[in-house]
Amino acid sequence: MDFEKVFREATPLMLEGLKYTVLVALISIAIGIVLGLLVCLMKMAKNPVAKAIANVYIWIIRGTPMLVQAYIVFFGIPQLIQLMNPEFRLDSFTAGVITLSLNAGAYLAEVFRGGIMAVPKGQMEAARSLGLSQGKAMMKVVLPQAFKISIPAMVNQFIITVKDTSILSCIGLAELVNKTKTYVGKTYQFFSSYLYVALFYLVIISILMIISNYIEKKLKYEGRKRHRDEH
Amino acid sequence: MKEGRDTVTNINKNNKKVVVTNLHKYFDKNEVLTGIDAAIYEGEVVCVIGPSGSGKSTFLRCLNKLEDVTSGKIEIDGYDITDKKVKINKVRENIGMVFQQFNLFQNMTVIKNIMMAPVTLKKMTKDEAEKKARELLARVGLADKADSYPGELSGGQQQRVAIARALAMNPDIMLFDEPTSALDPEMVGEVLDVMKELAAEGMTMIVVTHEMGFAREVSDRVLFMADGVICEEGTPDEVFGNPKNERTQDFLRKVL
Repeated sequence: MDFEKVFREATPLMLEGLKYTVLVALISIAIGIVLGLLVCLMKMAKNPVAKAIANVYIWIIRGTPMLVQAYIVFFGIPQLIQLMNPEFRLDSFTAGVITLSLNAGAYLAEVFRGGIMAVPKGQMEAARSLGLSQGKAMMKVVLPQAFKISIPAMVNQFIITVKDTSILSCIGLAELVNKTKTYVGKTYQFFSSYLYVALFYLVIISILMIISNYIEKKLKYEGRKRHRDEH
Repeated sequence: MKEGRDTVTNINKNNKKVVVTNLHKYFDKNEVLTGIDAAIYEGEVVCVIGPSGSGKSTFLRCLNKLEDVTSGKIEIDGYDITDKKVKINKVRENIGMVFQQFNLFQNMTVIKNIMMAPVTLKKMTKDEAEKKARELLARVGLADKADSYPGELSGGQQQRVAIARALAMNPDIMLFDEPTSALDPEMVGEVLDVMKELAAEGMTMIVVTHEMGFAREVSDRVLFMADGVICEEGTPDEVFGNPKNERTQDFLRKVL
C-alpha cells in the first residue's frame, strides 16, 4: 500500500481519464436536458402517439440496467447495422454518450414533469385568460417557474450522470475507472488506487454541488429581495 | 349611493356583450350547471351571488372558456365561443379576468406582470406597454411597487396588481371570481374601491362575490344562483329588499 508511489504513477493516467469522464458527462447532460424537455412535453401532450412514445422510452430506460443498455448500444446495435453496412463502426466514446444521454433524458423528463406539475394551476389559467396560447403561456410563465423548482432534482440527476460514466469503462471508454483498472492490473495496488480514484469523483461532485448551491441561492435572492433590471 | 349610480348609468341596452343560452356543464357525471340563460349589456355591472357549490365560479369560468362547456351557447360580442372555429385566444384578449388567488406570475416583477401579455401578443411595443403599466399602477395606487416581486406584496396589493394586469390588454369585459375572498378583512376595501371606480367608468363587469355590501351598492343587476341555475335576478333593491324565491330568501337570511 504505497500511497506515494500510486500518487506519483497514477496521477497522469487519472488526469487523462478525468478528461473523458468530464467530457462524456457534460455532453450527455447537455443532450439529456434537451431530450428530457422534449420527452416531458411529449408525455404531457394531448396527442396519444407522442404520449405513448414518451412513455415507452421512459419505461425501457428505467426498466433496464444501464450496463445492459451500454452493451446493446456498443455491441448489439452495430452488429445489426453491419448486416446492411459492413463498414459501420461505433467507437466507445460515441456509444457512451448515446447511452448516458438516453439515460439522463429519461430521468430528467420525469424531473421536469414534476416541476411543471408543481407550478400552481392558476399561473397557466391567468396567462390563458389574457389571451396567450398554451405554448406561449408555457414558455413565458410555467416553464421558468418549473425550471426553478426542478433545480435540486436536476442537480441530483447530474451527479448520477457523472458517476454513471464509470459504467462505461465496461465498453472500453478510457475514463477514470478504466484507467485505474489498467493501472491496478499492472501494480496490484488495489486499496490505494481505488481510494485515489474515489477521491477524484468526490472532488468533481463537490464542485458541482458548490455551483448548484450558488445558483439556488442566487435565484432565491432574486425572488425575495427587491431587484432592478432593464425592462 | 344608489342614486349616484343611476344618474350616471353606463348601460347600453342596445348592445348585449354576453349572451348565454341554455348552458350545461358536467364534471364527469356531476351536473354543476343545469341550464343557464343570461344576457349582459354593455356597461352593466352584474354581481352573481349564491351559496357555495351553486356553480357561480364555474359559470364565470365558462364565459372565457377556462372551463369547457358541455352544451349550450355563449356569445361574446356575437362570437359563439363554444364553436370550435372561433379563435378563443382572440376573444380572451378582450375579457379580463381577476382570480380569487390573484395568480400573479411569480417569476416576474409587478411591472413585467402587467406588460407581459400586451408585449407577447404584440398589442403594444415594450415602451408603450411600460407607459401603460405605470399608468395602471398609479391608478390602483401602487406606482412605487413596479419593481417588486408578487411575493413581497400583501394580498390586497397583489389583487390590485392583478386588476391592473387584466386592464393592460384594454378589455371591454372584466370577470371577477371572488376577488376578495382570499383577503384579510382590512384589505377588502382597497380592492373593492378599485372595482367601484372601474364600474363608474363604464366597464362591463361580471362579479362573483360574497360581498353583499358591494353587490348592493355597485351592481346594476344581481343574479342569485343555486344548484346550477339562476333562481332569481333583478336590481339590488329587488333581490335584497324583496326576494321572491324561497332559496334567495333563505340564503339572504343566513348571510345578512
